[in-house]
Amino acid sequence: MKQCIFTIEKNIALTESVFEMRLLGDTSAFSRPGQFLNIRLEGLFLRRPISVCDYDENGLTIVYKVVGMGTAQLSRMHPGETLDLLTGLGNGYDTAKCGDHALLLGGGVGVPPLYGLCKTLIAEGKQVSVVLGFNTKEEVFYENEFRALGADVTVTTVDGLYGIKGFVTDALPERYDYFFTCGPEPMLKAVDKATATSGQFSFEERMGCGFGACMGCSCKTVTGFKRICKDGPVLEKEEILWES
Amino acid sequence: MGKLSVELCGIPLDNPIIPASGTFGYGYEFAELYDINCLGTFSFKGTTLHPRFGNPTPRIAECTAGMINAVGLQNPGVDAVIAEELPKLAKVFHKPVMANVSGFSVEEYAETCKKLDELSQVGWLEVNVSCPNVHGGGMSFGVDPVAAASVVKAVKAVTTKPVIVKLSPNVTDIVAIAKACEDAGADGISLINTLLGMRIDLRTRKPIIANKMGGFSGPAIFPVALRMVYQVAHAVSIPVIGMGGVQSSEDVIEMMLAGATAVEVGTANLIDPFACKKIIDDLPRVMQRYHIASLADIIKGVD
Repeated sequence: MKQCIFTIEKNIALTESVFEMRLLGDTSAFSRPGQFLNIRLEGLFLRRPISVCDYDENGLTIVYKVVGMGTAQLSRMHPGETLDLLTGLGNGYDTAKCGDHALLLGGGVGVPPLYGLCKTLIAEGKQVSVVLGFNTKEEVFYENEFRALGADVTVTTVDGLYGIKGFVTDALPERYDYFFTCGPEPMLKAVDKATATSGQFSFEERMGCGFGACMGCSCKTVTGFKRICKDGPVLEKEEILWES
Repeated sequence: MGKLSVELCGIPLDNPIIPASGTFGYGYEFAELYDINCLGTFSFKGTTLHPRFGNPTPRIAECTAGMINAVGLQNPGVDAVIAEELPKLAKVFHKPVMANVSGFSVEEYAETCKKLDELSQVGWLEVNVSCPNVHGGGMSFGVDPVAAASVVKAVKAVTTKPVIVKLSPNVTDIVAIAKACEDAGADGISLINTLLGMRIDLRTRKPIIANKMGGFSGPAIFPVALRMVYQVAHAVSIPVIGMGGVQSSEDVIEMMLAGATAVEVGTANLIDPFACKKIIDDLPRVMQRYHIASLADIIKGVD
C-alpha cells in the first residue's frame, strides 16, 4: 500500500450514471488486476473504495457508478484536480490458477476490474471469453474495449433490448477451464451455481479503512475469517461460505 | 527525558502518542508503512479469552465528521494472540505494548489478563469495561461502578502490570465510575470509548449497521471526550489517557491540558494510516508555537 496524490487527466460519462476517470500518479503499489484504491474526498469522512479498471506505469483508470454523495462528488471533478489515494489495496485476481481458456463474468459496475484482468490473461497467451451483464441497453459499457483486447465478448441485458436477454448465467459458453467474476452478490451466487469449474469471485463490503486495520469488512470462509479489504476482495470458489 | 516524553504508570514513553485499540490491529500491518517504534506505544486489538468473529456486516456507517462501527470485538482469542500475533509484533516493535482486554464475565477478564501478565512484551493491561456483562443481564460492566470495580479487583489480583481501565462515555456520571475503579486499585483510566450511535438508510428504511447500533467515533466526539477527560482527571489521582476524535497535534495538547498524561489516536488511523507518525513529527512545531518546553509540564494545565 502507498498513499499518493494523483492528478485527474480525464473524467467522462460512459452512460447516464457510469463514469471513466484516468488518473496520473505513482502506481508502483499495484501488482495484480482486481486490486482497488481508496479515495479521500473533501468534506466526506470515510474514503471511497473503488476497483481499478486498468493501470500502467504512468497512471490508472477507474470506472465508477454514481450511487451516493462520494461518487457524485467524484463525477463533478475536472482534469487537473488532485485526489489523495491509498493504492495497491487488496489481493487481486491470481491468473496463475487459470488454464488455457478463461471465462470472465461481469455484472454492471463489476465489469471494470475484469478489463485489466482480460488484458493480463491475453498477454499471458490465454483464450478469453467475456460475458458482460447489464440491466438495460442504455447501461452497456466497455463491450468494444474488451473486444479490442482480443476477447470473445457476449453482452446480456435484463430488458432484452441489447445482446442476449437475461443474466450472465444465461449466456455461459459451453467450454472454459476457469472463471473470474465480479458483480452484485445475487449475481455471484447465481454464477456459483451455474459454473462447473473452479474460479475466483470479487466481493464488495462497506469498509472503514480499506487496508486491514479495522475489521469492518470481515467474512467467514472455509479457511477462517477473512477481511474483504486485505485478504480479499477476491476469494476462491472453494473457500466461500455463501449466506442464504 | 526528551521534551516529548512522559511517564505512564511508571513506564517511560518517548512521546504520549498511542494508537487506540481496534484501529491498529496487532501493529505489524502499520509497520509495513512506517517504523512504528516512533510511537509512545500502541494498544492492540481488543482481545478476549475465546476467538470471536464479531457482528454480522455491514459493520461500518459514515457520519458527518465521524463513523460508526459495530465490529463486535473480532479477535483470534488470547491464546492465538500470544502464539501468533505477538511474536510477529516483536519483530517490528521493540517497546512495551499495551494489551487491550475485553470479557463477558469477571472470570473471563481475569483469565485473559493472567495469560497476558506472563509476557514481558506487555507493558500495561488496558481493560475495556464496555462489554455486556453476561452474568449481569447483559448490561455493560462500564455503566455500573460496582461491576466496573469488580473487574478491576479481579484483574489486579492476577497481574503485577499496571491496569488501565478504559471507560465507556455512555453513562450518566463518568466520575463515579472512574472513582470506583481507582478505589478498586486501578493504576490508570483511559477514556473515552465510542458513543452509542445509529444511522438509517433512506432507500431501504433500515439501519445501515446490521447490528442496528454501533460506536460513534471520529473528530465529532472530540469536545465530549475532552470534557470527560477534564472531569475525570480532576477527580482521580491516577494517570488518565485521553482519547476520542484526536487527529492533530493541537488536539493532543488540548487533551493534555485537560488532564491527559498520554493520548490515544483511533479513527484517524483508518482515514490516514500515517496519522500517528504525522502527529509525532508535528508536535515540536506546535509546542514551539504555544511556548511549551516539555509536554510533561502541561498535563492538567487547566484548572
